[in-house]
Amino acid sequence: MAELSLDGVGKRFGEHAAVSGLTLDVAPGEFVALLGPSGCGKTTVLRMLAGFEHPSEGRIRLGDRTLSDATCHVPPEERHMGMVFQSYALWPHMNVADNVGYPLKLRGVGGRDYRRRVDEALAMVQLAALAEHRPQELSGGQRQRVALARCLVASPSVVLLDEPLANLDRHLRATMEEGFRTFHRRSGATLVYVTHDQGEAMALADRIAVMREGRLVQWSTPETLYRQPRSEWLAGFIGQGSVLMLPGAAPGQWLQGEALMSAAGEAGPQGRGPVLIRPEHVRLGERGMRARVERAIFRGERYELGLRLADGSALLAHSSRRLVEGGVVGVTLELGWGLEPEAGTTGRD
Amino acid sequence: MPSMAAPGSQQRWLLSLLLGAILLLSLTPSLRLLVEALSDLGLGNEAPLWRVLSSSRTWLALWHSVYTSVLGMLIALLLGGLFAFAITLTDVRGKGMLMFCFMLPMMIPPQVTALSWLQLFGPASPLLNSLGVAPALGSPQPLHSGEGIALLLGIQSAPLVFLALRTSLVALPRELVEAARISGARPFQVWWHTVLPLTRGGLVAGGAMAFVSNLGNFGIPAMLGIPAGYHVLPTLIYQRMAGFGTGVLAEMAVLSMLIGGLALAGVALQQRLMKRSRFGLIGHVGRAHDLSLGRWRGWVEAGLAALLAVLLVAPLLALVVGSLVPAMGVPLTIESATLEAYREMLGRQGVTRRALHNSLWLAGGAALTLMAVSLPLAYRLLRLPRRWQGLALGAIELPYALPGVVLAVACILLFVRPLPLVEVTLYGTLGLIFIAYLARFLMVGLKPVTASLAQLDPSLEEAAQLAGAGLWRRLSGIVLPLMAPALFAGGLLVFLIAVNELTVSALLWSAGNETLGVLVYTLDQGGDSVLASAVAVLVVAVVALMMLALSLLASRLPRGVIPWRN
Repeated sequence: MAELSLDGVGKRFGEHAAVSGLTLDVAPGEFVALLGPSGCGKTTVLRMLAGFEHPSEGRIRLGDRTLSDATCHVPPEERHMGMVFQSYALWPHMNVADNVGYPLKLRGVGGRDYRRRVDEALAMVQLAALAEHRPQELSGGQRQRVALARCLVASPSVVLLDEPLANLDRHLRATMEEGFRTFHRRSGATLVYVTHDQGEAMALADRIAVMREGRLVQWSTPETLYRQPRSEWLAGFIGQGSVLMLPGAAPGQWLQGEALMSAAGEAGPQGRGPVLIRPEHVRLGERGMRARVERAIFRGERYELGLRLADGSALLAHSSRRLVEGGVVGVTLELGWGLEPEAGTTGRD
Repeated sequence: MPSMAAPGSQQRWLLSLLLGAILLLSLTPSLRLLVEALSDLGLGNEAPLWRVLSSSRTWLALWHSVYTSVLGMLIALLLGGLFAFAITLTDVRGKGMLMFCFMLPMMIPPQVTALSWLQLFGPASPLLNSLGVAPALGSPQPLHSGEGIALLLGIQSAPLVFLALRTSLVALPRELVEAARISGARPFQVWWHTVLPLTRGGLVAGGAMAFVSNLGNFGIPAMLGIPAGYHVLPTLIYQRMAGFGTGVLAEMAVLSMLIGGLALAGVALQQRLMKRSRFGLIGHVGRAHDLSLGRWRGWVEAGLAALLAVLLVAPLLALVVGSLVPAMGVPLTIESATLEAYREMLGRQGVTRRALHNSLWLAGGAALTLMAVSLPLAYRLLRLPRRWQGLALGAIELPYALPGVVLAVACILLFVRPLPLVEVTLYGTLGLIFIAYLARFLMVGLKPVTASLAQLDPSLEEAAQLAGAGLWRRLSGIVLPLMAPALFAGGLLVFLIAVNELTVSALLWSAGNETLGVLVYTLDQGGDSVLASAVAVLVVAVVALMMLALSLLASRLPRGVIPWRN
């Protein structure tokens, strides 16, 4: 097992910089997600890890072995990685067992050893019964599992997954998420998982690298990402919440209790900074600031309230019962997190 | 019958009438041929069908046809496959240039190809003589043989294989290749295990197209085979034609039917094979694969360039040299070089001018006529129910898919007697060739338009309809401007192919009605190969210029309309 590390990696396509200055260290056996909106460069990173793209700058290493840098480039077929594609990429002219066994065949494994390992891999994804079928005869979820088994069979130390759930329906996604967790636990491989779905990333990954416009925004555990996002943009991208412009706010610092409430009540435009308030830190009641209820949306387990504070800023809160739209309610803020302001923005409504 | 009460129904009725007329034009020749071939069966052994089938010459020519076509197909598969795989799968440089050069032989008329190769080899070769390496006088011309014919057929039809294979390579999802690589497959293993099995359909399709095209080729076996007494079916028909006598037409019809039958058998076999290799492929498609060749890249590039030099540059060079010498067999030097042949061609030879004039009129007229009908036709076709659409397209494709001789013989049969009612005789006039061209090249002009029209968002037209525009108004104001590039591309392609056409006109021409294609052939057969070379050089120059003109249009056309562009 070896550490996967990216050091100042960048990729330009002509004038356009798809990825720039990316530095990440992935621990052996870690489950890592690359998360970001479409076009943020996450797939390019994955393709550079696989060796399909050559980085324009920087270095990619696996343990002591340099995979890519300015002078050398190990081709994909020599990296011994596994990859699951969004479209599964099963070869239609081979049956399920042949698809799964192909990496073994290329490594010169044959005979009984080959049979045993293919059977094991298929059993692990519960597809032993479909070994002789053609991929075209399988459902989307089954194809995905064949692709997983194909990754698994050669015991790679790194497995790359490119939006593997994007083509599946909602119900199947939950099942497959569980499948990935099992897969990760059993294989012990380092998993790099690309997705644009924050829910998926949060549910699966040990650590998440959020990317935006080719750059790394934050690299941390799901919990830190949710509670302490670095920037205003990230706060809007991950989870729900509202950003208030409050005086005395500093990036990377908590505001709570009295200090938070008095900052929220203060007037005047000077020295304000963005503060993230998650809805679970907004308490409703008789006391506190006055807020008008603009909308109340039923979400099943609770109501989602859109509130408007006296100074005009919007605030999101949760409530267990429906409040009348247009009514007034008391609001207490319990916890806020200081964010880095976005360049060129002074606040949001 | 459509009801005349509904608004716009008259226009729709007109369009349907057009469609019907064109189907008639496409189907009648083949039906007429069939009737003639099967005529007088009551005569028993004396019936034309039996007379032809019992002649040993028929079977020999049939065998020669199959032999040269199959061997040519194998050569085409080899060349076309090599270029398609190298250009589409790997990271060789200069892909556009390589493709253009590789496609050129398809656009150069076969008799010019044959002439240029004849100029390249043999004791009289001006090029070899100029270089002082010509074989001794009296040694045989190696190309006057079945294998020589097959070689040139293969070079001429290799672009068909290239195109078919490239289409399926481009449709091969990138992920399937990448999955193989990440599994540990080296580039060659990727090709052998994944690419080849998945693009077998393209190879089969290309092979079948090459076979059918070889079967119908007249120019190459005529130039290489007739002098050596090596006959294939099209040249046999041509020779029968020269010995005009009783029952000749019926015999030609039978022979045509044989070629037609062979061609259709080839297509049927192709479709059987294709059924087995059809996969529903999903993933990112439409991009070249760019497998890195590493340090082999320079070698592969050099190899492809060398191959092109042998296949394209050397014969064309020989052709140019052949047009500059004072007479065949004289080496080209600074002193002996002369432009006499060009002066003769453009100045004195009345027949060259006439042929140029005829070909330009025929090709231009056919291109303009087909451009005029193809938009309404394509519009009506795409609104037919799917089943009927397939059948109609099949009928329109028939005169193009069948070998040219078949259509020519059918046209002779149809028009040898004056047309009923109007009492006009088309036989022996340019009009006959013109009609044959319309039937043969309709598909060439129609294809870009249907492809483009099928891509057109129907809501564009629906919006115009809601705004109150009638059918003609929509066609002229909305559809026509958007389709204009495709229409022009279709017209140019028709012109390009028709201006050099030989097979059809070789059987249909008459004194005063020569075409450029016929001229190159008859000049060479008459022993004036220097003049023939000069005309051929002119033809190649025209072809290359028109291909360039089409390339300039490429950015405004849907993908795949211009064969040699991405």
